[in-house]
Amino acid sequence: MNAPVRIEASSAPRLPRGVKLRFDEQRKRWTLLAPERVFVPDEIAVEILQRCDGVATVDAIADALAAKYGSAREEVARDVTEMLQDLADKGVVTV
Amino acid sequence: MNPLEPPLALLAELTHRCPLQCPYCSNPLALERGELDTASWQRVLDEAAALGVLQVHFSGGEPTARRDLDALIAHAAKRKLYSNLITSGVLVDGARARALADAGLDHVQISVQGREPVAADRVAGYRGAQAKKRTACAHVRKAGLPLTINAVMHRHNLGELEAVVAMAVELGAARLEVAHVQYYGWGLRNRAALMPTRAQLEAATATVAAARERLKGVLAIDYVVPDYYARRPKACMGGWGRRFLNVSPSGRVLPCHAAETIPGLAFESVTERSLSEIWRESEAFKRFRGTDWMPEPCRSCERREIDWGGCRCQALALAGDAAATDPACELSPHHAALVEAAERESAGAAPDFAYRRMPDRAAV
Repeated sequence: MNAPVRIEASSAPRLPRGVKLRFDEQRKRWTLLAPERVFVPDEIAVEILQRCDGVATVDAIADALAAKYGSAREEVARDVTEMLQDLADKGVVTV
Repeated sequence: MNPLEPPLALLAELTHRCPLQCPYCSNPLALERGELDTASWQRVLDEAAALGVLQVHFSGGEPTARRDLDALIAHAAKRKLYSNLITSGVLVDGARARALADAGLDHVQISVQGREPVAADRVAGYRGAQAKKRTACAHVRKAGLPLTINAVMHRHNLGELEAVVAMAVELGAARLEVAHVQYYGWGLRNRAALMPTRAQLEAATATVAAARERLKGVLAIDYVVPDYYARRPKACMGGWGRRFLNVSPSGRVLPCHAAETIPGLAFESVTERSLSEIWRESEAFKRFRGTDWMPEPCRSCERREIDWGGCRCQALALAGDAAATDPACELSPHHAALVEAAERESAGAAPDFAYRRMPDRAAV
């Protein structure tokens, strides 16, 4: 049985087998391919998903994005965690 | 009219051969014996990827009955197509599961007929099917492949829905599709044997809602409702010729797997034209694409680009006209008759199943 995934600051999120982030050449956009589903993530979501390599922690991802966009670190960390938890609940991100 | 978008997914029906005989099979009543060869399917995959298809669903019949399935999966992977295998599982042993994973398969969907083996095997028309499916699920998980259980529900097994949910978790599935039978083709022929009562449907809907909440993060549940008891039709195939295309075992290109029931539509074959030309130019795809073909009340309906007029095959089967509003819509003049049939048949004694079988060779 699968256990529910909880995203924490120290979690190192990754895409599970069966979920792929792919650039769609025909439509010129990123897509997240999952069982019987195609998600079209927005720009920020793509930035986060590209960093979900099973090595970088949620903290490290938040640091990188806060630096890249010059945003408040705490706010970015909250948004990143929330988004990843939502994707984990949908089964498209794991730790 | 908006510019034509490429399809997202290809349903590749590799064969109509199947060891099971489920009375709600989505294959047409007139099953095909002819099958494209390996090279032709590989060309279809090339053309699909070039056209913009992102996901390919290998289906059937029973797709694992094709010996070249691994080669086709590997070819799809080479073209960066996301591959999904839709199987009964009865032919999948440990070696086969590993070979599928090694070929680059992304996901497996195994269908079940219920929880209780004797009843489930009776629906499948195959003794021992349930046990083999459970074993196949274990092999698939052991090979590291993600698993979806597809549970087809009807009057005979809705009572065990809670047990089916528990079974999906136990088998290591991350997704469960609770799919009420859809009443076209074989399902329509067996409608009185399968149609649930409205009370059964409502209980199932409540069970799914509770299970979704309870199993959040453990099991994602998709729910396909039977539209006989709905107020509005479903967006069949996400709209005709809009998101999906289906290639039959012999290579005919269809907007949906039941489209061949509609008279007057000529379906072209991948043996004659490219997938791209057929998608863009085939009269059969253009016939019900978009909203221009719609009659009232669809034409002026605010939901016309949400449900796309519902299902054309159901309109043909129940209203006698493929261009009519889907009778599942309560605005259709045929809706009352549809609800009456569902209520009457579900309350009556269930007739025997007319099992899905290939026609006798002598009769062809």
